[in-house]
Amino acid sequence: MAKAAESSGEPGTTWPRPLMRDLKAVGKKFMHVLYPRKSNTLLRDWDLWGPLILCVTLALMLQRSSVDSEKDGGPQFAEVFVIVWFGAVTITLNSKLLGGNISFFQSLCVLGYCILPLTVAMLVCRLVLLAEQGPINFMVRLFVVIVMFAWSIVASTAFLADSQPPNRKALAIYPVFLFYFVISWMILTFTPQ
Amino acid sequence: MAAVGDLQFEEFGNAAATAAENPGATTISIEGPGESPTHQAGLPRGSGGEEDDELLGNDDSDKTELLAGQKKSSPFWTFEYYQTFFDVDTYQVFDRIKGSLLPIPGKNFVRLYIRSNPDLYGPFWICATLVFAIAISGNLSNFLIHLGEKTYHYVPEFRKVSIAATIIYAYAWLVPLALWGFLMWRNSKVMNIVSYSFLEIVCVYGYSLFIYIPTAVLWIIPQKAVRWILVMIALGVSGSVLAMTFWPAVREDNRRIALATIVTIVLLHTLLSVGCLAYFFDAPEMDHLPTATAAPNQTVAAAKAS
Repeated sequence: MAKAAESSGEPGTTWPRPLMRDLKAVGKKFMHVLYPRKSNTLLRDWDLWGPLILCVTLALMLQRSSVDSEKDGGPQFAEVFVIVWFGAVTITLNSKLLGGNISFFQSLCVLGYCILPLTVAMLVCRLVLLAEQGPINFMVRLFVVIVMFAWSIVASTAFLADSQPPNRKALAIYPVFLFYFVISWMILTFTPQ
Repeated sequence: MAAVGDLQFEEFGNAAATAAENPGATTISIEGPGESPTHQAGLPRGSGGEEDDELLGNDDSDKTELLAGQKKSSPFWTFEYYQTFFDVDTYQVFDRIKGSLLPIPGKNFVRLYIRSNPDLYGPFWICATLVFAIAISGNLSNFLIHLGEKTYHYVPEFRKVSIAATIIYAYAWLVPLALWGFLMWRNSKVMNIVSYSFLEIVCVYGYSLFIYIPTAVLWIIPQKAVRWILVMIALGVSGSVLAMTFWPAVREDNRRIALATIVTIVLLHTLLSVGCLAYFFDAPEMDHLPTATAAPNQTVAAAKAS
């Protein structure tokens, strides 16, 4: 990814990048998402491993447990995967077309990492669903999802807003809002079979 | 010959102020080299537009006509070409949405708001929002309708999102394509003063769909009367935007063809909204089965009250 060039250029070292270093970089970015400040760590050292891990986790948790449901139910693994990546690509294209000066992969990186709060929400929802179903159960899940949705929006806005021309910020941010809203909806409406 | 001392430079500070003082004076503004060849391209449309006063939104529309010629100069395989379709600011998008919600009789949406700067941002994201609004509202509405039933198991009905997306995007692109082709064909037969480019038609259709977003959310209310009133209102607003936009483009034509075109436009719009309502939203009173021991009139009253 971004730093691959520096290690392959060194003479005599043909080893692939150490796994621990990669994991540390991903973990560091997770921290940046959880405590969003206006820093450009996510933008400078972008990588797509974090988004991939998050997307796979989310898709695994969201997929229908049985293949043959009598009516169409929730999304399949592939559908979630496609929605997340297709949505992220569309938003990136949109912000570039509006004149933003962010690179394609940087934007994908930010959008992917900012799914972290929603993945946490999914985990919490699955745990809560193990308890007795009912209105209180739903209220708890609703509250968690709303909080995490707001967190995702705040985090991604903190990273993406500066790269947009000032009179088009709202135009670039709105699709991000729609994207996380749809993912939140999928999380909230998840029902175990 | 004037003496050297009499020659002084006169300050032309504010060109606009000078122009305002002497409305009859000709002002020449010298711009880049790209201007002169496009001046001819802009001229026929500009003079045609001025004859129809009601189409002019503003006085600087002929300036926009001149500048429009120099916009799409990049070849279509470059990224910059597509950037020209996203050359809108936030306030412009809001203005266009506002224009689609408040159709003013006599004012043409295209001339007033789009003014040779059609954008694809509005149509694309309005359609995307509409797709999710319809799918989510339909799902929520069905959930609320079937809430008390013992045999009902909630499903998110995810398939319906793809179906909604296909319907909405097909409508927003294919109908403008057909309409544009039809208008081009009629233009070859009858000289029309007003003609729209394909992107302007896509733009009008896209923005006219905006009213359906709040309508879809309000369709959650499980009352048949409320839903049909909402259909009427939405159809009235967006239908009139479309009708007022396209009437100037067909009115020089044969009377019957002109009327048939407008009627078809409104009819297709009706079909879209009624179809979406019927497919995505279950009928409110249909599935209320009386449960067990309650007296019949009590149950009916309870069902009607919900």
